[in-house]
Amino acid sequence: MSHWNPAPFAQQLLDLFASLLLLIAFAMLSQRRILTLIHLFAWQGLILTLSIADSAWLTHQPHLYYSAVLTLIIKVLILPLLLHRLIRRLDVVWDVETLINIPTTMLVGIGLVVFSFNLALPISHFSSTILRNTLGIALASVLLSFMMMITRRKAVPQVIGFLALENGLFLAATSATYGMPMVVELGVALDVLVGMFIFGIFFFQIRETFDSLDIRHMEKLKEE
Amino acid sequence: MSLLPLDLIGSILIGWGGLGLLGLVVPARWGRCLLFPLITGLSALMAGAGLWALQGGAQTLVLPMGLPGMPFHLRLDVLSAFFLTLLGLAGSGISAYATGYFRHMAETRAGDFQRLILLYALFLASMGTVLVADDAYFFMVAWEGMALSSYFLVTTDHEIPAIRDAGFLYLLMAHLGAIALLLCFGLLQSGAGGDYAFATLRHHSLTGFWSSMTFLLALIGFGAKAGLLPLHSWLPEAHPAAPSPVSALMSGIMLKMALYGLLRVLFDLLGQPLWWWGALLVGLGSLTALFGVLFAAVQSDIKRLLAWSSVENMGLILSGLGLTLLFHGAGQETVAALALAAVLYHALNHAFFKGLLFLGAGSVLHATAERNMAKLGGLIRVMPWVAGLSLIGILSLAGLPPFNGFISEWLLLQAYLLRPDLPQPWLNMVLPLGAAVLALVGALAGFAMVKFYGIIFLGQTRGLVLGEVHDIGLWERFGMGWMALGCVLLGLFPSSVILQLDTVTHVLVGQGLGASAARHGWLWVTPVAASRASYSPLILFAVIVVSVGLTFLGVRRFFHGRWRRAPAWDCGYPFQTARMQDSADGFGQPIKQIFESFFGLSREIPSPFDPHPHYHSEVRDPLWGLCYLPLVRGVDRLVKMVGVLQQGRISIYLLFSFTTLLALLALVTGTLP
Repeated sequence: MSHWNPAPFAQQLLDLFASLLLLIAFAMLSQRRILTLIHLFAWQGLILTLSIADSAWLTHQPHLYYSAVLTLIIKVLILPLLLHRLIRRLDVVWDVETLINIPTTMLVGIGLVVFSFNLALPISHFSSTILRNTLGIALASVLLSFMMMITRRKAVPQVIGFLALENGLFLAATSATYGMPMVVELGVALDVLVGMFIFGIFFFQIRETFDSLDIRHMEKLKEE
Repeated sequence: MSLLPLDLIGSILIGWGGLGLLGLVVPARWGRCLLFPLITGLSALMAGAGLWALQGGAQTLVLPMGLPGMPFHLRLDVLSAFFLTLLGLAGSGISAYATGYFRHMAETRAGDFQRLILLYALFLASMGTVLVADDAYFFMVAWEGMALSSYFLVTTDHEIPAIRDAGFLYLLMAHLGAIALLLCFGLLQSGAGGDYAFATLRHHSLTGFWSSMTFLLALIGFGAKAGLLPLHSWLPEAHPAAPSPVSALMSGIMLKMALYGLLRVLFDLLGQPLWWWGALLVGLGSLTALFGVLFAAVQSDIKRLLAWSSVENMGLILSGLGLTLLFHGAGQETVAALALAAVLYHALNHAFFKGLLFLGAGSVLHATAERNMAKLGGLIRVMPWVAGLSLIGILSLAGLPPFNGFISEWLLLQAYLLRPDLPQPWLNMVLPLGAAVLALVGALAGFAMVKFYGIIFLGQTRGLVLGEVHDIGLWERFGMGWMALGCVLLGLFPSSVILQLDTVTHVLVGQGLGASAARHGWLWVTPVAASRASYSPLILFAVIVVSVGLTFLGVRRFFHGRWRRAPAWDCGYPFQTARMQDSADGFGQPIKQIFESFFGLSREIPSPFDPHPHYHSEVRDPLWGLCYLPLVRGVDRLVKMVGVLQQGRISIYLLFSFTTLLALLALVTGTLP
């Protein structure tokens, strides 16, 4: 072999990162402790960064490098740090109670993964990108994060679920269309940051009003 | 470059808007003394411009405004010109009156008055814009502007809960109508390609089912504005709620915008009419007229009485429009032109006499702060101007010659009775019934007007201190006088008016009336043939004046000095009080008895042994219970069902979106190959 072709290796690496992402999504779904949840979120961001960088290398799309750097800064560094400070300020390092027990959640999660792979299969046939295999995984991690938002009772894990959902969407965008235009990515990044701040303010407001971050207290806000 | 009518009209519309904006800035006193006269002047100019445009052909203009790719189109043709003339003529009288009427408000509630100037001017400007708009988009913008500005005018006294309720009902009905119109224009455009300009819609014709759907939607949309039968409920609520000049504008002019819209869609945009469209309109219109006049006859609130009478008149106008449509569809263009001329003439007349009466009612209301007829009476002695000018109004409304109400109703009657051979034999047999309804409505309108005038102005006062009541000022006199002059002139010179209307009927149904109507000179009106019917108001007027004058002179000459004053026979009552007079309720009693099945009547009759008897009777609109309440209950039930979804738990809400997402994704997967 006169010269080494990196493509198959990078392809394998990409699949590896995608499956790691899915694994972390499952781990988050089953994790009851908030601190660990934040760490997992940071790990997921790192894997996403690596995956995007890998796709950039594979497809020679320079702008994907920028979005990898952006992801690294926002999702691996800033957001986990913010969340860390937030839970320390709010003094909520308790265990997370779930609405449905963990094994059931996992079973439903497996069903979701099967569903999203089934969904992605016909789409992958259309797609001409090399990254099409990851589409199913991206969809699955979106659905799993959504699931996490549904099953948690406290406000902080719900927000982490929302942020993780955004990670999945990012992966889906990269795998289906080689990433979104730079403007859109910048916009989304800004949105996530601003959203985080707003959530933070809300947490304090909610706690001030209800003396707790348990969203069950908000049930009585509905109209009779 | 020479000035064209459309440029002038556009400038007037912009001028109205500008004056309104100016009203927000300048102090209220200046606004009243300066801006309202200017608005009046612009209205008079608008009347002139409309008359000018009535002589010429169509003229179009594309404005450099609007949505990208959808500029605003303007078009001035004779139909628009006629309604612009109506707007200008009636608008100038009403605005002149408003200059004086709002004196008190400008002094005590300056902020409210400044907003009122803006809304008043915008109301006029948006009505004018409706008339010159030449694409569906611009038309809807102007139409909604008209609805919104009038809504805010209706709720001028929004501190009163009943007025807020009336305003809400009005806004609701206006929006329902607007939705129907939006769909109607959508259907008109469907498949035409290109834009929503009326020019595109005009060349694109619908057939069969969709054409009928378009007609029905237009009927609902414009009918809601005109007060067509099941959609009339806002009218008797909103008109009394508004300040009187605004009621006059709404009743006199805004209702005619609905007529304009129907004429525009049915005769200009939509293709050949089907026969049942006309029949439906004739039926609904006649029913509306009968219903309106019956309710007018039993009201005891002065403005509500006038509002119901507006329902009646719009019913007559729409039934005439149905007749036009029927004849036009059957190819009987001469009769169609006769009916159309009657419709347009009556629209013009109604603007004048109803405007005049609303202004008169406003003066009474302003002077006495009382709208219940049971408390009024004897005002002719302290308000001679209002009483005198209102007399002209009620005679016109009652359809008595030589005033203007007579001539248009007479023309409509001619159209009914002419009865050409329609392709549907049973229609030929049923149509004279419409003439009978028209006659009945005319008689009942006379009854209602006698009640209106007799109870308010004649007799003795029923509890008011007459010494505190003042007659109207100079501006009000001018405004009411203008409207009364219109009633008289429109009644005295019908052949000249018909000659002007001819240009409109020529464009819409391809035939005119002028050639035959004015055949025997300007003195006589002969709509069909001299052998059938002819009418000369001037000669009739002269005969009335001469005979009344001769009688008066004769009585003076031969009986003068030979009368003596003696106590009248007092029927065994040693004293008489004002409460022994016929009351508003009492006067309407026969109608209530005869047409009891029409009314939702509730009465409390006191026992004969009650030392303090109290009589209470209330007339409710039965359609409210039949059409509206079931609808409200249905919506309520539906909303309750939606309310079940509201659990208050975020997890449940998230689950809703999650399952929706999954379902949609599954659906998408199913459609992929």
